[in-house]
Amino acid sequence: MSLALVAAVAGLVAVGTYLATSRSLSRIVLGFSLLGHAAVLGLLAAGGRAGSPPLADRARADDLADPLPQALALTAIVISFGLTLFLLALAARQHALTGDDLVEDDVEDRRVARGGRPAPDPQARGQRRTPGGRPWTP
Amino acid sequence: MALIVVGPAAAAAAALGFRAVAVVRDATVIGALTAVTALSVALAVHVEREGTVVLEVGGWAPQLGIVLVADLFAVLVLAVATTTILVVEVFALGQRRGPWAGDATLVGPVLLLLTTGVSLALLTGDLFTLFVSFELILVASYVLLTHGGGAGQIRAGMTYVVINLAASTLFLLGIAWVYAATGTVDLALLSARIPELDDGVRAAIGAWFLVVFGTKAAVFPLFSWLPDSYPTAPTTITAVFAGLLTKIGVATMIRFHTMTGMDDLGPLLLAVAGATMVVGVLGALAQDDMKRILSFHIVSQIGYMVMGLGLFTVAGVAGAVLFLLHQIPIKTVLFLVGGLVERESGTSALDRVGGLGARRPMLAVLFALPALSLAGLPPLSGFVAKLALVDAGVASRSSLIVAVALGGSLLTLLSMVKIWLGVFWGPTAGGEGTATLAAPAGSARLMYGAAWVAVVGTLAVAAFAGPLWELSERAAEELLDPGRYRAEVLR
Repeated sequence: MSLALVAAVAGLVAVGTYLATSRSLSRIVLGFSLLGHAAVLGLLAAGGRAGSPPLADRARADDLADPLPQALALTAIVISFGLTLFLLALAARQHALTGDDLVEDDVEDRRVARGGRPAPDPQARGQRRTPGGRPWTP
Repeated sequence: MALIVVGPAAAAAAALGFRAVAVVRDATVIGALTAVTALSVALAVHVEREGTVVLEVGGWAPQLGIVLVADLFAVLVLAVATTTILVVEVFALGQRRGPWAGDATLVGPVLLLLTTGVSLALLTGDLFTLFVSFELILVASYVLLTHGGGAGQIRAGMTYVVINLAASTLFLLGIAWVYAATGTVDLALLSARIPELDDGVRAAIGAWFLVVFGTKAAVFPLFSWLPDSYPTAPTTITAVFAGLLTKIGVATMIRFHTMTGMDDLGPLLLAVAGATMVVGVLGALAQDDMKRILSFHIVSQIGYMVMGLGLFTVAGVAGAVLFLLHQIPIKTVLFLVGGLVERESGTSALDRVGGLGARRPMLAVLFALPALSLAGLPPLSGFVAKLALVDAGVASRSSLIVAVALGGSLLTLLSMVKIWLGVFWGPTAGGEGTATLAAPAGSARLMYGAAWVAVVGTLAVAAFAGPLWELSERAAEELLDPGRYRAEVLR
């Protein structure tokens, strides 16, 4: 297993995690793309040393690359592609609703934490609307 | 058996094709779900009599291709899960109107996709197929959670999607790791090769997958996404999520960690279980909305199943299996009742509902039976399942976790009383929304009917506790003896 590949996985995971913990959804999307790449590279690294393409009639059996991780990686790429699109759709919807793409606080949870008292500043971010999307009333 | 997995997916495509034609769409969805439920029950009966059924998909040997393995544990959970989905779909048909119904043209077909994912997750004998089935379940649940497109749903949906994506990425990295260590992703082969690994590598794999499945199952400290996202979805959808999604996470955890012999993770699992029970139930006590209280209880009850697994004895795992079988219908029906309360009074906030017990006595009974069962009062099913777990805990001399479990039960009862006082007792608070939501009588009958069927189902769990306990015990013996699984699959 090549050390460079492992280092690349580690680097991608580090940057991806940093981006995914951000509040802005577009950064989160980027973060998860990187994390997805890291997982795919990890699968590739798990396949062991490189070899000739695993085609039955073109190569000898003893120097084939392991085909299974490649199949797994292909499946994983397709899935992460679809989910990235879904996240982008969510970000677009959020943008249409609120004008930004930030992940907001759980309104109900904040209210319970305050012991049922109304929020100090109704205009504060994340407290403008109730979960049902109705305008916030103190 | 392949039909149970492929059938719902094909029917979902057909139903989506006929989205606009209500009659064809609903008939397809109900027909497919009924067929799948019947097949699952038939498969369960067959497996119970004849033993494990193995299907090599496409005729490839287990080392080369994908196998579907129907052992007793898988078919028991599968039969209960498909029945539950069918009941919820019937309820959803009745709930056609009103703000909590969701988009009827989408819910049915996507529920079918969810069914495919659930059955694949339970039947697969391959770690990577398990990943794919999890993705299938999750994609279906993302759509169900966010298809309303309201601000609250998008906000909660984001948290839910991001958390689950993180868990999926970890799952994928874990698979890469397992493949590098053992050279296979087949569960039967893994059950032989993982115990042979270095202690350090083995413990790391066990802990890694504990995090992956623990996030799906919402155990402490990975649960915080659940009470945030579940209550925002339409009620029927929350009912499916509550009854199935976290339970599939637990079921996979039970399968993976028993089959790969992770006994030494037992104390860690017990600690996690105890913390999950306590934190979940305390969270429930702090809330004042029926759906949010119930959401925190999902978390708390997960702790009991993990406790059974953490004991790693036949009695413990059997208790966990029985608890799982009892939880799926009970959580579903509690949320369905929550939906009915919302329909009758326009909200599920405790301080705005009240006096429903006088106006709708049947609804009160519908809530009381599963709620008392959840708290573990005899002679209901929750008592049977908890007795099994406590008994197993005492037998393995783990008195601390038993004490925590019993304390958790008491607090559960307390918060159920809170719902009872807020919703069914006391003066009728306002009347707002009551009249505006009046739906046709026929659909109400369908909703109440579906809820009653589910309640009777949970009563049946109590009535047939003896035979069910025997089945759970056999399933647990199978799980804790991976040699038998190997012998069946690698024949």
